[in-house]
Formats: sequence, structure tokens, C-alpha cells
Amino acid sequence: MTTFLEDSEQRDITTLNLGPTHPATHGVFQNILKMDGERIVSADPTIGYIHRAFEKIAEHRPFYQITPLTDRLNYCSAPINNMGWHMTVEKMLGLELPKRVDYMRVIVMELSRIADHLICNGILGVDSGAYSGFLYLFEEREKIYDIFEEICGARLTTNIGRIGGFERDFSEKAFDRIRQFIKEFPPVMKDFENLFNRNRIFIDRCTGVSPITVEQALGYSWTGPLLRAAGLDYDVRVLEPYSSYEDFEFEVPVGTSGDCYDRFIVRNEEIWQSLRIIEQAMEKLKKEPEGVFHADVPEYYLPPKQEVYNNMEALIYHFKIVMGEVENPATEVYHAVEGANGELGFYLITDGGRSPFRLHFRRPSFINYQAFPDLIVGGLLSDAILTMSSMNVIAGELDA
Amino acid sequence: MGIITNQGILDKLNARFPNAMLEVSEPKGLLTITTDRETLPKIVAYLKEDASLAFRFLTDITGVHYPEQELPLGVVCHLQSMALNRRIRLKAFLPLNNPRISTLTHLFPGANWMERETYDFFGIIFEGHPDLRRILNMDDMVAFPMRKEFPLEDPNRRDKNDDFFGR
Repeated sequence: MTTFLEDSEQRDITTLNLGPTHPATHGVFQNILKMDGERIVSADPTIGYIHRAFEKIAEHRPFYQITPLTDRLNYCSAPINNMGWHMTVEKMLGLELPKRVDYMRVIVMELSRIADHLICNGILGVDSGAYSGFLYLFEEREKIYDIFEEICGARLTTNIGRIGGFERDFSEKAFDRIRQFIKEFPPVMKDFENLFNRNRIFIDRCTGVSPITVEQALGYSWTGPLLRAAGLDYDVRVLEPYSSYEDFEFEVPVGTSGDCYDRFIVRNEEIWQSLRIIEQAMEKLKKEPEGVFHADVPEYYLPPKQEVYNNMEALIYHFKIVMGEVENPATEVYHAVEGANGELGFYLITDGGRSPFRLHFRRPSFINYQAFPDLIVGGLLSDAILTMSSMNVIAGELDA
Repeated sequence: MGIITNQGILDKLNARFPNAMLEVSEPKGLLTITTDRETLPKIVAYLKEDASLAFRFLTDITGVHYPEQELPLGVVCHLQSMALNRRIRLKAFLPLNNPRISTLTHLFPGANWMERETYDFFGIIFEGHPDLRRILNMDDMVAFPMRKEFPLEDPNRRDKNDDFFGR
């Protein structure tokens, strides 16, 4: 619990229960605030309202059945979590993927990063009193979900991809939709930026709200846009490239003061960079052989059903994978991907069995959110709301 | 700054803490060191303070439970040096009847909730932690649910028969 203004003079302190369900918190968070008028004297967050014991469940499930759990961590950018998990298992097994699969994954991950940042920045606008930007952006977010639907059949909790690649190739319609999105999205994003970036009211509302220094942010183990807004260019995609990110040209935007406005601008710029990466990936895909959408690893990648019924070898592999008869190495892996909120890490210990011995998710929202009381104490209640939406805390990722 | 390999880091640690590295391995290229509970906080402090190593970023703290080991409860820390672009994994194992280890919150404020989570799920007590309470589970829970003996589901359930499937 963090306190502020401990003077001896008589103060009228009110206790305010912000949450667990409150229209301004966008998720199930409870904060017991002590208020001196409009000012927050102390804050005590309670979390865990949607804890679903994913780490425990994961110890009882085969590797390929864990994607429905990772889907529900950060449900605003579920494909990044799924891809992160697949890559963790592939690292554990030591699989090499074809470049085309890597690029397809990059497209999916960057699309979901855009979707996540769109929600965060749209909501930040709503919370600061500008509803229109949110409506502009949500139409585009729907188009991203249409692309996901075309690729894997689901929109929000996608369960996209498999260990070793994708469940099926991108259809021609999916490629068309991606191309259409690349063409139609920038003008909308420009409109959104015109509405906000130099908007006097928005700047006055957001600058200087919950600023943070790089040292503080590092001390709190912050990653992602929040750390970059504070001024450190740490990005897992650059420092430890996975899924062939080293082949792409993009910049890592940084802010200076780490306040709400910087976070907003950093996220906006990241959307442009993601778009750049998608464009490059689409170009690179043209040079890769068509029709390759998974690695040639029959021991781990389920064969198509047609094959299972008509081909002895495929039937054997299908049986072995489903019944967990495949040998897995006993090792431990830490794999990190750059999630929309920061470094999303998977710490996996295996004992050779069909399911993890121990699986731990390093969830950026959980680690970022612990700084929240320190950020809001001493500020106004309305700034606390803004701080929360600029931190983009997703309840599913917070509580796992 | 020159490139320091895992072996270089290990040599430095061996020189500073002789005989404290109980087990060293390198799964998937990530230097993993098992030590005892007295030395782990000292190693973390040394790694953070040493200018040539600069492991100033605490990635994660978590626990692990090996029921058949003599010291069954493990604390696992991941640290990262952004200057060297290298990660390191430190482990210490604790007895079940006295699972205590010093906190890292004075080095990294971010360790606060990570240690609370580890306490919540494994019952590992971090001495010197400012606010060691349960975090995700409810306060009046008595068990530590990530320990292996804790069942996933109510064992008295009769409506499910998983004899042929599942672990």
C-alpha cells in the first residue's frame, strides 16, 4: 500500500471502492482508494477475480492443447500468445521452420499487435472524453478480425496455428483481405492521428499524467510500449529475434517522459511500424515456394484427415500424436516474444511426458500493473482512470 | 563492451562465490545455475552491481515443485543483461518444512508481485518482503495449489471418467 500526505492536520479522508466492476476500468480490477477530495492518498489493488489456474491446467494437457489457454491470456491479441507458445514448444523440440511459415506468422502477429494497440489507444480516447476516434478504429479492428476468421475460422480467441506451422494455408481471399487492409487502413489511421496527436484538449489532458523514469520502469520490470515510452528502446523482436524478425526493416519508437501522451504516441508509431513489417512480409512471401505452411515434422504435426483414413504411415503418426506416444526431450526452455504489452515469456520444464512438467507465463500486464498504485497516488481520480487505460492492463493476462 | 560468453559469466561467479555453484547447465543456450538459498540473493545482487555484467533487469521469479527430491521446492529467477543481451537462470531449492529465502524486493521493486505469486502458489516464504499476502487466490485458502499433490479437480467427482486419457 502506498501512502501520500501524512500530515498531522485533520483531513477528511473518504474510502472509495473503484471496481471490481466499473465502467471506467475495462475489466475486473478492484482498487480501494483513500481519497482526500479529488486526490488519491493511498491505493490498494486487489486482483485475481478471473484467475483460471492456467498453469495448473497446462500441467495436465498435451502440448498441442494448450493454445486455448494462451488464447485467453491477452485476448485482445490472442495470436501473439499462440505463436509464442508454438515457438516455445518448437524451441524445446529443436524444430526448424520454413521461412514462409515464419513470414506468415509475422503477418498474423503484427496484425494482432495493431488490433491490440487500436483498442488501447481508442479506449484512451474514450476515457479522456473523445469518443469518435474509438469508432473510427473499431471498424478497422473488425477488418483485422475478418482476416483472422478467413485464416483460422475464429475471430477473438483464435487458437491459430499448430506446433510446426499453421493448420492450413492462407486462402487467396485471406491474402486479398490483408492487401486490402494495408491499402485502406493508413488513411483511417491518419484521420485518427489528426484527431488526437495535436489536439490541444487531448495533449493538456494526457501530458504529465503518471510520468515515469527509465530507472523506475526498469526496476518495476516494465517492458513493451510502457518501457519504450519512458525512453528505453528494448524490444524482444530486435534483441532476440524470433520467427525471422531479423529479416525485417523497422524502427523501435521511444518516448521521453513515459507519461500517458508518450505511451499513446509510441503505440501509434508502433502501429505504423507493424504495417511496414506486414508490407515487407507480403513482399517476401512472393519469393517463397507456394503451398508450404508447416514444417515437415510428421512426429509432431497432425496429418490431414484424408491421409489418416487412406495412408498407413499417417494413421500411425496420428495415433502417436493423439495418444502422446511421441518422445519429447526432458529440458527447460524460456522463450520470450514481444507481446502487445511487453515481453511475454513462456518458461517450460518438461520431463519427457506428453504435457509440461511446469509451465509459467511471464505476463507483462501482471508485472506492469504492480506499479499502478505508485503511479496514481498523489494524482487525481480522473488521472487514475487515464493511467489505467494507457497501461492497457488486460484482465485475462493479469490473472491468468 | 566486449562479448562475454556464458563461460565468462560463470568464471566470474566462481571467482566471487567459490563452491556455491551446485549445478551448472546450459539448456538451449541459457546459463542455468543451481545454488543454495543463502547465496542466491547475493549472486543476484552481485550480477546487478557488477558493471561489466549489469544484469539490471529481473525478468521473472517463479517456483517449481519436484515432490521426489530431497529439497522439493525450487525458486527460479530469470535475469537479463540488456547491455550484454544475455539471460541467466538462477535456482535455489528449499525444504518443504521450512521454505524460506530472502526477498529480492530491495534490489528490484518489481519482484514484489512475482514473489507474492510464488508464495500464493507454492508457499515459499520470502523473508523481508514488505507485503507477503496471497495475490491471485482468495485469502482464506489453506493449500498451495501449484504443488504437485494438489489435485486439478475435486477427486470425489463421479461424473467424469478419464482412465484412458489425460496424464
